[in-house]
Amino acid sequence: MRYVVTRLIHSAALLVGVSMLTFIFLRLAPGDFFTDLRLNPQVSAQTVADLRAQAGLDQPLPVTYVRWLKSVARGDLGLSLAYNARVAPLLWDRARNTLLLAGTAMLLAWLIAIVAGLSSAARPHGIADRLIGGGTSLLLGVPELVLALGLLALAARTGRFPTGGMVSLGFAKLNLTGKLKDVVLHAALPVAALVLGALPVLVRHVRASVLEVLQAPFIQAARAHGIPRRRVLFGYALPAAANPLASLFGLSVAALLSGSLLVEVVMGWPGMGPLLLEAILARDLYVVIGAVMFSAAFLVGGNLVADALLYTVDPRIRAR
Amino acid sequence: MRNRSTIWLSIGVLALLHGAVLTAHFVAPYDFAAQDRDLPYAPPTRLHFIDARGRSHLRPFVYRSVEQPEGSGHYVEDSSRAYVVQFLVSSRSGGRRLFGVDEPASIFLLGTDAYGRDQFSRLVYGGRISLMAGLLAAALTLSLGLLAGASAGYCGGWLDGIIMRGAELFLALPWLYLLFAIRAFLPLHISPAQAFFLLISVIGLVGWARPARLVRGLVLSAKERTYVLAARSFGASGFYLLRRHILPQTLGVMLTQAAILVPQFILAEVTLSFLGLGVGEPVPSWGNMLATLQQYSVLASYWWMFLPGLALVPVFWIYHKLADSLHEETL
Repeated sequence: MRYVVTRLIHSAALLVGVSMLTFIFLRLAPGDFFTDLRLNPQVSAQTVADLRAQAGLDQPLPVTYVRWLKSVARGDLGLSLAYNARVAPLLWDRARNTLLLAGTAMLLAWLIAIVAGLSSAARPHGIADRLIGGGTSLLLGVPELVLALGLLALAARTGRFPTGGMVSLGFAKLNLTGKLKDVVLHAALPVAALVLGALPVLVRHVRASVLEVLQAPFIQAARAHGIPRRRVLFGYALPAAANPLASLFGLSVAALLSGSLLVEVVMGWPGMGPLLLEAILARDLYVVIGAVMFSAAFLVGGNLVADALLYTVDPRIRAR
Repeated sequence: MRNRSTIWLSIGVLALLHGAVLTAHFVAPYDFAAQDRDLPYAPPTRLHFIDARGRSHLRPFVYRSVEQPEGSGHYVEDSSRAYVVQFLVSSRSGGRRLFGVDEPASIFLLGTDAYGRDQFSRLVYGGRISLMAGLLAAALTLSLGLLAGASAGYCGGWLDGIIMRGAELFLALPWLYLLFAIRAFLPLHISPAQAFFLLISVIGLVGWARPARLVRGLVLSAKERTYVLAARSFGASGFYLLRRHILPQTLGVMLTQAAILVPQFILAEVTLSFLGLGVGEPVPSWGNMLATLQQYSVLASYWWMFLPGLALVPVFWIYHKLADSLHEETL
């Protein structure tokens, strides 16, 4: 229990630190949302100054930060200047889509990685190991951007998959199964790009840590007792190898979030990626901060999940 | 032993690649900004060895591509005259080029883009930006990481506390978001040269936390070794100890980190330029060359516009092999 509380406090402190850091960075920026307006001869300097004052951009840094904290407490996360709306509702929709994409990819990638890693560790230098090893080392050289573009081109050529967006035009008219099918079709390519991008690292780590465990005496003992191979692998080796994998879980959340950002922009998935990019180009301060905070929160959340996983899987941690 | 040869082979190939992009004005047949408005989106020029009458030639030759019918975007080869590929030709701008063909024919190994610019030449020139950005940014990150990690590990106390809390902050963000956040506060409309140095500093700044942690761990364990304590008891200064006894121990880890970071940073440059936050036209980078693929029509119709993306694959692959071998070597 104490462990959980200290972890939570630590995470909260981390988030506050991240928010301060982004605030300082962004306020140091030359120019803001209204800079381009100043170039417009029809808008007087006074109007621009008034608008800036209205948005609170003329205040010193600590004041804006405290104001922002207050709006966080209200659940607003500040005001988007480009959309002239509260940031939180804007972000929630996008964050949900990002989570849908990254979460699905995460699940699939780990499932495939565990099966592939185990089967290649079960018989080192066997056929499966060689095939999987070759595949991962090939994929390792292909960055997500190229994967996404390649898949998109494939979709454009074959016409089997929709290229871009999350739903089709007539989405509202579809019944429930139709809607589900539509989203799945749209998500297939971005998820595939993310999974293929994440797989090689995961498979290699699973293989390495399972291989290490398989050398242990208790595995030999289990084998000597005549316990079936599959049960030795999944029931004995995998839990024992879980410790390094749980910390990898946290890292893979970070990698998938970054990957998702890019894949969303390339494939037109309405997640946080396109929103963040637009916000940066428009210098929409609070949207940028909000998106960055959301990503940090996801990552911190992912690390907490990893800790919880470790806690349930590894009795050595529980004993402490 | 096998590891050693992999390491040297990878370094050799990488050196060759970097040499090629650094001498782009020689290797590339055309200038990166040279336009041929008559040949937009021309497919890669085919190298022929067998002519129209069925005779085979030792030296490859090309035919001139012409649009037919005019303005259709459809190209055919005019096989009435063959243009032999020549090596070490003198170019219009004065210097010598590795290869080329006589005008009015042209040799576009990877096709042309919307303005009829040679993709191969742009790829070679673009490698200058992308590969160099990766290398320089990694050098910056590693020096920052070394500095922060060494001072945190060696001095300890409050300095250690501050630096490591800072590292945690940087690690608490997915790196692409962090990169975007820092890029967001920098000016958007700047010249390509400014953008290049800006990118290097931004990308270099983002990654310092991980190497710093690694170095700190190594320094912490190294500074308690008996020979370090012995040297200290002889009155060696802190700086001397770090330079002579402690930091050399981090060399293997730093090299492995470099091999991991460089491709990551190349990708960072490519990503930022792809999204229009990096180096801008007309200067090519592997990222902004791919940016045209964001238009659906280009994506669907002109397959050769992908080839710059494929250039990343061997580079990445070699760096990964290098990182693996270095990692095993330092174990």
